[in-house]
Amino acid sequence: MHSHKMTKIALKDPTWVRYGLIAISLGTIFLFLCLPLLTIFFEAFAKGWGNYFDELTDFNARAAMRLTLVVALISVPLTVVFGIASAWAIARFEFRGKSILITLIDLPFSVSPVTAGLIFVLLFGAHGWFGEWLQAHDVKIIFAVPGIVLATLFITCPFVARELIPLMQEMGNEEEEAALSLGASSWTMFWRVTLPNIKWGLLYGVVLCNARAMGEFGAVSVVSGHIRGVTNTLPLHVENTYNEYNAVGAFAAASLLALLAVVTLVLKTFLEWQQQRDRTAISQP
Amino acid sequence: MSIILNNISKHFGNFSALKDINLEIPEGELVALLGPSGCGKTTLLRIIAGLERPDTGQVLLKGEDKTYQDIRERGVGFVFQHYALFRHMSVFENIAFGLRVKPRNKRPSEAEIQKKVHALLELVQLDWLQNRYPDQLSGGQRQRIALARALAVEPEVLLLDEPFGALDASVRKDLRQWLRHLHENLNVTSIFVTHDQEEAMEVASRVVVFNHGVIEQQGSPSEIYDNPANEFVSRFIGDTNIIPLEHHNADWLALSGLSIATNANTANEVHVRPHDLEITKSNNDNAATATLKDWQHLGALIRIELAKKGVNGTPDIIYAEMPNEQFKRLQLGKGDKVELRIRHAHWFDAA
Amino acid sequence: MNKTNILPGFKPALGFTLLYLGLVVLIPLSTLLFKTLQPDSLLTWQGYIDIISNERVLAAFRVSFLAALLAAAIALVLGFVIAWTLVRYSLPAKRFFDAIIDLPFALPTAVAGIVLASLYAPNGLIGQPLTGLGFKVAFTPAGIVVALIFIGLPFVVRTIEPVLQEIDASMEEAALLMGASRWQIFQRIIFPNVFPAALTGFAMAFARGVGEYGSVIFIAGNLPYISEIVPLLIITKLEQYDYAGATALALTMLLVSFFLLLTINLVQMLLRRRAEIPETLVPVVAV
Repeated sequence: MHSHKMTKIALKDPTWVRYGLIAISLGTIFLFLCLPLLTIFFEAFAKGWGNYFDELTDFNARAAMRLTLVVALISVPLTVVFGIASAWAIARFEFRGKSILITLIDLPFSVSPVTAGLIFVLLFGAHGWFGEWLQAHDVKIIFAVPGIVLATLFITCPFVARELIPLMQEMGNEEEEAALSLGASSWTMFWRVTLPNIKWGLLYGVVLCNARAMGEFGAVSVVSGHIRGVTNTLPLHVENTYNEYNAVGAFAAASLLALLAVVTLVLKTFLEWQQQRDRTAISQP
Repeated sequence: MSIILNNISKHFGNFSALKDINLEIPEGELVALLGPSGCGKTTLLRIIAGLERPDTGQVLLKGEDKTYQDIRERGVGFVFQHYALFRHMSVFENIAFGLRVKPRNKRPSEAEIQKKVHALLELVQLDWLQNRYPDQLSGGQRQRIALARALAVEPEVLLLDEPFGALDASVRKDLRQWLRHLHENLNVTSIFVTHDQEEAMEVASRVVVFNHGVIEQQGSPSEIYDNPANEFVSRFIGDTNIIPLEHHNADWLALSGLSIATNANTANEVHVRPHDLEITKSNNDNAATATLKDWQHLGALIRIELAKKGVNGTPDIIYAEMPNEQFKRLQLGKGDKVELRIRHAHWFDAA
Repeated sequence: MNKTNILPGFKPALGFTLLYLGLVVLIPLSTLLFKTLQPDSLLTWQGYIDIISNERVLAAFRVSFLAALLAAAIALVLGFVIAWTLVRYSLPAKRFFDAIIDLPFALPTAVAGIVLASLYAPNGLIGQPLTGLGFKVAFTPAGIVVALIFIGLPFVVRTIEPVLQEIDASMEEAALLMGASRWQIFQRIIFPNVFPAALTGFAMAFARGVGEYGSVIFIAGNLPYISEIVPLLIITKLEQYDYAGATALALTMLLVSFFLLLTINLVQMLLRRRAEIPETLVPVVAV
């Protein structure tokens, strides 16, 4: 009977309250979210398509795109492996200090991006702990790609684990135990039972992790040194061009990142929907 | 407070939940709205409470049309199926809620609230739980707190939606008796919704049987059990053997003492309650009407599974019930041939 | 470890987790502490006090914390309203609105920074009318607040939304039947149930706001004593090779963040404790 939508008179707010709240809500969404998103593209195309493409095919812009892709290609897979390993240990086993471990994984969320960059400068910078040794052996980490990757790894560390831990906890051990009791090897169990069950959550984590890896600004800004065409990622390129009063250049690069954000949101919505569908399919056999 | 429902109809989209319901509930009764799930009984309860608006029709409380009156002014107490206790409030505060939200000029003093809540807690025999939170209570305790909370505002009508639906079988049994006694003491007009016919028969003074949004029958429990108005009610209330009136069954029924010719004008189905079947050991095995297949011990009663010859030689199973003692006296065993006699039967024209 | 657990891979999984976490997060983060504590440190206790009590540094902390606090409070109110309308009302294009709430999570902060700066600049789409009314937002502390509201909004909406969805509608119906007005229902039933989540959302928005860099620096104007935030000051000190100063500021921020994180977890733990009392611990009394 409850499958039919009850009218729920009791939950109705007075009309003026309803319209008032909707106005505030949609006003906020428009002013703070929609308008900025539209403005990015508007500004990018302010001086026409030609200028837009010139800015994007500029040598420094292309170098920044390349570097951004490289950083994401290195850091996302590592974060995924870490996420799966930590979720397996935390969601499948009981051990002392588990809650501390979860807190530690969450740690990067509460560290300012600038601090995240700073710590790598303190370690590997010219005046850092390993600074002299690195200089002596001619290894460059700070103001070079390795530093950018390290800072990105630090920032993105919790993204996949955070999605997988609750998901796998909710799933329970039973299916995997059943697989083992039926004679499956550990790998078979992982590939045929665990992975199919967590795939949407995992992809969700990957999407968010990738968005952050490509978009990280504060931490990367500290370790990169802003060397044009060499250590500028796309967000840093946005900053550089903006500070040079090249608005079209800045917003052209920004439009790519905004596009990435839109794709991320679309994928995120799709994956949430898939996850929900799977869950309701399980609860209603 | 008496309740009169006139021509109540309610749709949810294309689904017709209630079709032209007319019902009168005299003051002080304890009425069960009984029916399978999805039959519209909860919707009717919510309409009486004011939680739903009917598409057509009127709700008259004490003779006054209250169909569109503010829910808060109806004087209705409601107990929800899953209790709907406020989980962030203690038991005491849950019960005091209705008193605390009264307009300032009608709000009782703190001392009066204390007194009243304790009186209600004593009424439901849970005074010692006043500082607990709903999460810390058992299902039966929650149910009784929900009832005490509904009674705090001194409602003139008490409505209960599947009051025992979420409880364990043993708890349910105790609470039924308790509710009946409580009603005797309070004498508030009460309506409860249930899908459990046993519960309806045991607790209510009047039972209203629903199906597909219409009232199939109403009356006292014994009226409904002894004289079911139609095939649905007969099937739904109590156990019954359903025997379609086909040629070979007519013969068989005649042998069991039921004459078709006199009863079966429009009927195509005969219903026989298990305890209306009398069994005797057959003297002539070849002419016997049924074979005893198996039997189960139900406590005071024995249920006997009987096989009679069906259409294609496959046996139809019918059930009989008799007191334990009587069954022992008959000294029947599995495979014995028996004669049947039908004491009482109902005839229906099943669609 | 649970002895009855037959699942494989505990040791390698935990080992890898600890190794990775150690190398990527813990060891780098601990340098912040060791850098301060080691004997030949650039930083003595007195030095630390001197750095922190510097007028410009104090001003930066004041700006960072006050702006974050104000922005989190505004985001809390707006986020609550958004969550309420998304959960309770039927709106056209709800899925779109729901998806775009996460834009601040997905949009790189530098991009947010430049677009907010150009929108709120005196000649910008929003800045121009505001300037006409006498309000200056970009390149003032108000600009910082605007950027931090943008950053904080999804934290609030995403923590409140699921709680609003889960509130049992029959609780509200029960309250109504007992004579409560709509406002009383909100105040006594809905608000207490949403409050813990709202607090968590607020704390998360605040914590994130204090450390935020990218979205703020473009719109802030970065005037020392007025609109200079701590993260920017850290970078300034770093660019001047003042490692001791940068470390002192970062460490202070980190400690504050830890404190906030601890508070958030504590709140969540308390809430969970009240919600999940095992049935077996409750004396079941025969009715």
